[in-house]
Amino acid sequence: MAVFGGRRRDDNPALPPGQHLTTSFPVLSAGPTPSIDLDAWELSVRTESGRTHRWSWEQFRALPAEDVATDIHCVTSWSKLGTRWRGVSLDTLFADVETDLDHVMAHSYGGYTTNVPLAELLHGQAWIASEYDGEPLTPEHGGPARLLVPHLYFWKSAKWVRGFVMQDEDRPGFWEQYGYHRHGDPWREERYA
Amino acid sequence: MTSAPTGWRVGTLVGARPLTGSARSLTFDVPGWPGNEAGQHVDVRLTAPDGYQAVRSYSLAGSGPGEQVELAVERLPDGEVSPFLVDAIELGDTVELRGPLGGWFVWRPEPARPVQLVAGGSGVVPLVAMLRAHRDAGSRATMRLLYSVRTPGDALYADELASAAPGDATTWHYTRSTPPGWPRAPRRLTADDLRDDTLAPEPGVRTYVCGPTGFVEAVARALTGLGHAPGDIRTERFGGS
Repeated sequence: MAVFGGRRRDDNPALPPGQHLTTSFPVLSAGPTPSIDLDAWELSVRTESGRTHRWSWEQFRALPAEDVATDIHCVTSWSKLGTRWRGVSLDTLFADVETDLDHVMAHSYGGYTTNVPLAELLHGQAWIASEYDGEPLTPEHGGPARLLVPHLYFWKSAKWVRGFVMQDEDRPGFWEQYGYHRHGDPWREERYA
Repeated sequence: MTSAPTGWRVGTLVGARPLTGSARSLTFDVPGWPGNEAGQHVDVRLTAPDGYQAVRSYSLAGSGPGEQVELAVERLPDGEVSPFLVDAIELGDTVELRGPLGGWFVWRPEPARPVQLVAGGSGVVPLVAMLRAHRDAGSRATMRLLYSVRTPGDALYADELASAAPGDATTWHYTRSTPPGWPRAPRRLTADDLRDDTLAPEPGVRTYVCGPTGFVEAVARALTGLGHAPGDIRTERFGGS
């Protein structure tokens, strides 16, 4: 009988259960990386009233941005600690948004979607990130801008984000329809439904 | 809504064979396995005597009902789990498996449509599952594979792919060294190669691409450049960037 020893001991307290450290930055996407023209790029928030708040790339870049240092956790079991991003807080984007609904569907260029409760996008928990490690975010990692909601598994941090639509119920997004957890808290190992 | 990490099943290794100098096929008997679709993957969990555990995802090389699952694992130079699975685990040893996982990068017999598979290196594994499922279903829809490997010795399932039925032809591409007398010098797969050696972007054609990140990025970009709609290209990537 062969005995598994395990070469690396990932007993770092920053690692959620079932995760291991990586120093690379793996890419997981369901299809081709979309090519996005910044002149046509737009970010929007649509509410139940039918009102849509919109930002062009220029308007988005004029919003106050924050530096974010955070750990990220992929459901495929890698975690990367101390990643550095720069982006606009969702608190800023939602400052003038009036809604009574609790659920949000994030939509991306290329058709990807993911569902997140509004309460978990606000209060300093989520950003629209356009820089990674001091450089503009590359297309394969979600550039020009991606959602960053690092306290949930990283499939919730939608690459190539283009907008948010308020939902009256917690409908599943793309991976959530394929058996991944509606919520996705890595500390509770909410990987699969 | 909390989902504890349930769903682990014990698998006993009942078959193992080398695929290349660095890759091995492993077949586990997994009582209670619900079957899987072609292209899905599975989490494998190993436990050390002191309780330490490590989990990794691997593609399944087979599909269908039944309680046996076949994985193909390539040894990663700095890997923690893959060296154990490639070099150490013995027949009769057990691991835990959770799955099947993933419902997007899958092939189903219906609706019948022409399919092009494009693999880089060990990314061929879920595509082997699709070729086998296609054969087993007796599907008459076209399914072709373009397989890019560094050298002839790096090809997984080479014998099986070489003996596939006519029509399920595999086109080989070599990036570092070729078999003797091969008509083309080794090189990275280009957009021209993809135009010459894959199904044209006609209505209904779907292309599945699996391999290392850089390979998948380049191939998917070239395919869209050739006119394939992004929605007709399904990708699966592995490895760091």
